[in-house]
Amino acid sequence: MSVTKLGKFAVIGLSAAWLAGCSTTASDSDTSAMQTEGAETSSTDSTYAAGEDGSLNSVIVDDQAAAQTSADLLAGVATVFYFDFDKSVVRPEAREALAKHAQFLMENPSARIVLEGHADERGTREYNMALGERRAKAIMRYLTIQGVPAAQIETVSFGEEVPVAFGHDNSSWQLNRRVEVRYE
Amino acid sequence: MKRNIVFALLVACLVAAIPARAQLVIEITSGSDQLLPIAVVPFGYSGASPLPEDIAGIVDADLQRSGVFETIPRANMLSLPSTSENVFYRDWRLLKADYVLVGNVANNGNGTYRVSYELLNVLTQARVGKREALDVKPSNFRDAAHFISDKVYEQLTGIRGAFSTRILYVTAEGSKSAPTYKLQVADADGYRPQVIVSSKEPILSPSWSRDGRKIAYVMFRNRRPSIFIQELATGKQQQLTQFRGLNGAPAWSPDGSKLALVLSKDNNPEIYTLDIATRQLERMTNHYSIDTEPSWEPDGKGIIFTSDRGGNPQIYRLDVRTKNVERVTFEGELNTRARLTPDGRYLVTVQKNDGNYHVALQDMNTGRVQVLTETYLDESPSIAPNGSMVMYATSDKGKGILSVVSVDGLVKYRLPSADGDVREPAWSPYFN
Repeated sequence: MSVTKLGKFAVIGLSAAWLAGCSTTASDSDTSAMQTEGAETSSTDSTYAAGEDGSLNSVIVDDQAAAQTSADLLAGVATVFYFDFDKSVVRPEAREALAKHAQFLMENPSARIVLEGHADERGTREYNMALGERRAKAIMRYLTIQGVPAAQIETVSFGEEVPVAFGHDNSSWQLNRRVEVRYE
Repeated sequence: MKRNIVFALLVACLVAAIPARAQLVIEITSGSDQLLPIAVVPFGYSGASPLPEDIAGIVDADLQRSGVFETIPRANMLSLPSTSENVFYRDWRLLKADYVLVGNVANNGNGTYRVSYELLNVLTQARVGKREALDVKPSNFRDAAHFISDKVYEQLTGIRGAFSTRILYVTAEGSKSAPTYKLQVADADGYRPQVIVSSKEPILSPSWSRDGRKIAYVMFRNRRPSIFIQELATGKQQQLTQFRGLNGAPAWSPDGSKLALVLSKDNNPEIYTLDIATRQLERMTNHYSIDTEPSWEPDGKGIIFTSDRGGNPQIYRLDVRTKNVERVTFEGELNTRARLTPDGRYLVTVQKNDGNYHVALQDMNTGRVQVLTETYLDESPSIAPNGSMVMYATSDKGKGILSVVSVDGLVKYRLPSADGDVREPAWSPYFN
């Protein structure tokens, strides 16, 4: 029984959960009365990289019980990590949960995560995009130091665009300064 | 004299868009005490069928919020002349009007109306400029009114009017946890809003090309940001970038050939330029700090941008040719998202002082800084193409609204929306 296969099973389970959880925020872009001239995604730059597309759909799972053990590793483990104002330092209380994500990712080399960074509403929007990314990269750095290959991790920033708390006070701002770990 | 070409052009810009529900409404919140008194007399009309718009009323509202004029209320007018021959100057001296605008509308019978107007100086009892006439379709009455406002403004201030311009902005409507984001375009007075793009994922950073024909913006798709450009007349949309990490803050170069933008594909946020025709990408900054929010100088020789390379975010200037960087702002805890006035004289930033974010104006010649706004969480300042006013986004009772302040800080008005958050205004250039 290979660890890889276990990992893939666990990833499928998590992906399904995430898809269910995210169904209301799924992409639903509507360019009203517009003709989209294809995605002329291009650049002369050689380091261009498209986003990961899910390559997990055709995985064959052969050991349900053992897979459950692997998935258990992340049961109840935090997937949201908070930051201080204008800071991107990983807080001490995040370490235990991040260590478990790291262990899982190392045991499951085919697993992929997206670290989604967010900022609170104060400050300008594009600067907050950069700040959200800095936070996501701080989490990424923490994971890669634990030994997770960088290729398993993608960072994306949403800046202040997707708050989870809607007040205009310290408690809301605290909840919005975060990085969410999303398994793809 | 016919001016149909102007209106045809404006209408062409609208074809691809669809009407939006919520219109922005103007509320004037503060005015200057040194305003030029002008009476905009209701235009004469003897036709049987009602007119589509009150042209004089629109001109009155334009001039009233311009920061230059104070209009005489209609209710106070002693007479309602529609041509200079019928004006009794004594009536207007009594009302302390320095200028009077009179006009009339006649049905041409071919689906158009002839709108004639004259601007009169009460002191000299003479016409300012010529008597002008426009042939206007019913659907272009608002355009005709803004055109007249532009003419009056220019005649009396020597500065080109910006009433015929438009604004881009983003709204977030519906539930707060899963809103619908809409990129919209409207007249500069908030009327005639139309949705350009609608999405369940965030849209931000709209920006105009210098000729006003194209726009650029950031839109998320599948939870990742990309930069798009779009032709307003045809709706033709192109995805320009989809790099790993940030794809943000697109800003059109003055000659229209390039976008300055922010990418983090080489690790941290850096300013790049992208040649739109050749897709050639050029890295402009190289620093481990955050470099973002690029904006071109009017002559295209420099790019101003935000960087926290000095510890706190401040504004820097990048020489496009040499790539040398120099710091521009020194006052305030931080300065972000700078824009220059079209003459390059003033720099508008979002400045933080004592925890508050306000729009500040820095004189590039003297270095003097003035904080222009006193609202809450002010951001995204955008300058009118004549340099007279700054539109920005602010928060009022937990709701995002647009607000406008004159560059001297004296005149302020707001454009709240009936529903949803409004944010990120981008004031268009002139269209001709």
